[in-house]
Amino acid sequence: MAIFVDQNTKVIVQGLTGGQGKYHGLRNKAYGTQVVAGVTPGKGGTDVEGIPVYNSVAEAVAATGATASFVTVPPKAASAAILEAAGAGITFIVCITEGIPAQDEARTYNTLVRDFPKVRLLGPNCPGIISPGKCNIGITAGEIAELPSAKGPNVGIVSRSGTLTYQALYELKQRGIGVSTCVGIGGDPVPGTSFIDCLREFQADPETHAIIMIGEIGGSAEEEAAEFIKANVTKPMSAYIAGVTAPAGKKMGHAGAIVSGGKGTAQGKMDALSAAGVKVGNNPTEAGSLMAEIVAGLR
Amino acid sequence: MDLFEYQGKQYFARYDIPVSKGDVAVTVDQAVAAAEAAGYPVVVKAQVQVGGRGKAGGIKLANNADEVRTHAGNILGMDIKGHVVKRVWVENASDIDEEYYASFTLDRAAKKHLLMLSREGGVEIEEVAVTNPDAILMLHIDPVDGLSAAAAKKAAIDAKIPEKAQQGVADILVKLYRCFVEGDCDLAEINPLILKPTGEVHALDAKVSLDANADFRHPEWEEFKATEELDAREQLAREKGLQYIGLDGTVGIIANGAGLAMSTLDVVNQVGGTAANFLDIGGGANADLMASALDVINSDQNVKSIFINIFGGITRGEEVAKGIVEAMGRVDLRAPIVIRLDGTNAEEGREILKNAGIPESKLTSKPTMLEAAEAAVALAK
Repeated sequence: MAIFVDQNTKVIVQGLTGGQGKYHGLRNKAYGTQVVAGVTPGKGGTDVEGIPVYNSVAEAVAATGATASFVTVPPKAASAAILEAAGAGITFIVCITEGIPAQDEARTYNTLVRDFPKVRLLGPNCPGIISPGKCNIGITAGEIAELPSAKGPNVGIVSRSGTLTYQALYELKQRGIGVSTCVGIGGDPVPGTSFIDCLREFQADPETHAIIMIGEIGGSAEEEAAEFIKANVTKPMSAYIAGVTAPAGKKMGHAGAIVSGGKGTAQGKMDALSAAGVKVGNNPTEAGSLMAEIVAGLR
Repeated sequence: MDLFEYQGKQYFARYDIPVSKGDVAVTVDQAVAAAEAAGYPVVVKAQVQVGGRGKAGGIKLANNADEVRTHAGNILGMDIKGHVVKRVWVENASDIDEEYYASFTLDRAAKKHLLMLSREGGVEIEEVAVTNPDAILMLHIDPVDGLSAAAAKKAAIDAKIPEKAQQGVADILVKLYRCFVEGDCDLAEINPLILKPTGEVHALDAKVSLDANADFRHPEWEEFKATEELDAREQLAREKGLQYIGLDGTVGIIANGAGLAMSTLDVVNQVGGTAANFLDIGGGANADLMASALDVINSDQNVKSIFINIFGGITRGEEVAKGIVEAMGRVDLRAPIVIRLDGTNAEEGREILKNAGIPESKLTSKPTMLEAAEAAVALAK
C-alpha cells in the first residue's frame, strides 16, 4: 500500500516534448513508473524515446487507460492543461509548474471542486509524489528515497517545501527508515492538495505507521492541520517548520512563504502542532531524530 | 509588488473607480503645478510604503500655492520610519461625510476570494477587527462565480452601510473586484472609502499589492517596477535573476530551494549567529549562478563568512562542487566559505572541493547543516 499512487498507476506527461518534461518524464520512467504517454498539441504521432505522444489528453487516455497526469507546462498554459486532464477522465494530476498567477490557481481549483469533484490536483509549484519502489511522479530524485520494508515501520512524508522534502527523505534514508509515500504539496497560495488531505490518507494507509510533516511560514495550513491531527490522527508524528527567523512582510522565495499582519509565524505553527501531540524539531535533522525515536518505539 | 498610493489610485482609475483629481510630484514646483491643476484646497501626501504618515506630518492640507510650497518642501525628503519621501501626491481635498472600508484578498484557508466591508473606515481595520468585529462584513466569493451587482448591493446592506450610500458603495465594490481579479492583485483595499456631502462615494486612499506571477500579462506594470524600493544588494540580485532578500546579519547565506534557504537562516540563528541575507539559487546551482550569488554576497560589507547549503536532489553534488570551484576562480571573495554539500553524489562533490587546491582559510566543508552553521558563525565573530 501507499497513498495516491502505486505500481499500478499509469501516468501521462503533459509537456513531455519540452525540455523539463522530457528530462523528468524519462527519469520517472527509468525509476519504474508506468509512464505510458505524452501529450503535446500538434505533436501527436511522434514519440519521446519510445513513449508515444498524443495531441490531446483524451486521445492519450483512450489509448492507454492512464489515470494520472504529470503537468509540466509553462505558467500561461498550466490552468488549461489541468482542466483538460480533468475533463478527459484523469483523476490524479500532479502540476510542478512554478509561477502560476494566484487568480488562475483560485479559479482552476474551484472549477475542479465544482465540475470534477473526484479529481485530485497535487500542486502547483510542488516537487511531486513518490511511493518508493512503486511510482515517482515529478522531480524528486528517486535514489534519495528509502524503500518501505515489508514488516515496517514505515513513514509517510508530507511537505510544503521542495528542497526540504528531499531533506526529509534523506534524513530517513540515512537512518534506514522506510518511506511509504512522500508528498510535496507545494508552497503556492492555493494548493490543490492540503496537509489534511494527505494526513487523512496516511492515517488510513496500513503501510504507513508514522508521519513527518514539513511546513513553513505563511498562511494557516499548518494550524488547520494541527486541528485535524488532534481530532483524527492517531499515528505518531514529528514536524519541522521553516522560517522562524524570517522577517515580517518579506516573501521568502515563493508566493506562499510570507509572514503578514502578525499571522503565519513559524512559532505559532510549532505551538499548534505541539499542542496536537506532534513532536516538533527545531531543524530538519532534529525532526529526523525525533522520527527515529518514534520508529524505534514502534519496532 | 506593493504600489505607492498614487500608483494604486492610477491603477484604480483604469477600472473606473472614482479617485480625487491629482498628480504626483518630485519637486516643490511640480507640487504647486499639480495643486493648480487639481484645484484648491489640496492635500499634500507623502508617498511611502509605511503606515502612520499622518502622525509623522506627512499629510497636510493647503489652501494656496504658498502653503503647498511650504508643505511640499517639508515633506519631500522627510524620513518616515526609515523611509525617505521621494514623491508627494497632491490632490483636490474632499469634503467627507462618512468613512467606510472595503478590500478584496484571497482567503487561502477557504481558497476563495474574500470581501471585507465595514462602515467603520478611516482607521486600521485590524483595530476594528479586535474592538468591534461585528462592524466588519466578511463575504467569501467563489472565483468561478465572481461578484454580481446584486451580491454587491446585498453586501452593502448587510454591512449596514447607510441607505444613501449603498448603491454608490455597491458600484465601487463591483469595480474594485474587477480590478482585483483582472488586475491580478493580491490585495485591493480602499480605506477610507468616503461618502461626500454630494452623495458620491469615492476612494480616498488606495492600497494595492500585485501578484508578481501575473507579470507576463501586464505590460503596464513596467512603470511600477521602476519605482520599487530595493537596496543596492537586492537590485544587483534582481539583475542576476536571484531570489534575494537583504537582512542585517554577518553570515552570508546561499542555499538551493526557498525552504532550505529559510531553514538555513533558522539554523544559523539557533547556533548564535545572524544571517546577512536570504538567497535561493534554485535547483540548478551551476557555476554561473553560483558566481552571481557569490558576487551579490560579496557586495555586502557586513558579511564576515559565507554559508553555502546545498542539497543535491536532481542537481548532482559534483556539478555543484565544480560550480563553486569555478565561481571562486572568478570572484575575489572577502569572506571565507563554509559549505555543507549533501544528497545525490555528495561524496564525489566533496572530493572535488578537497582536491581543488583552495586553502582551508577560504573554504571548509562540513558534513551536516548544523556543523556547517556552527563553523560559519564562529568565523563571523
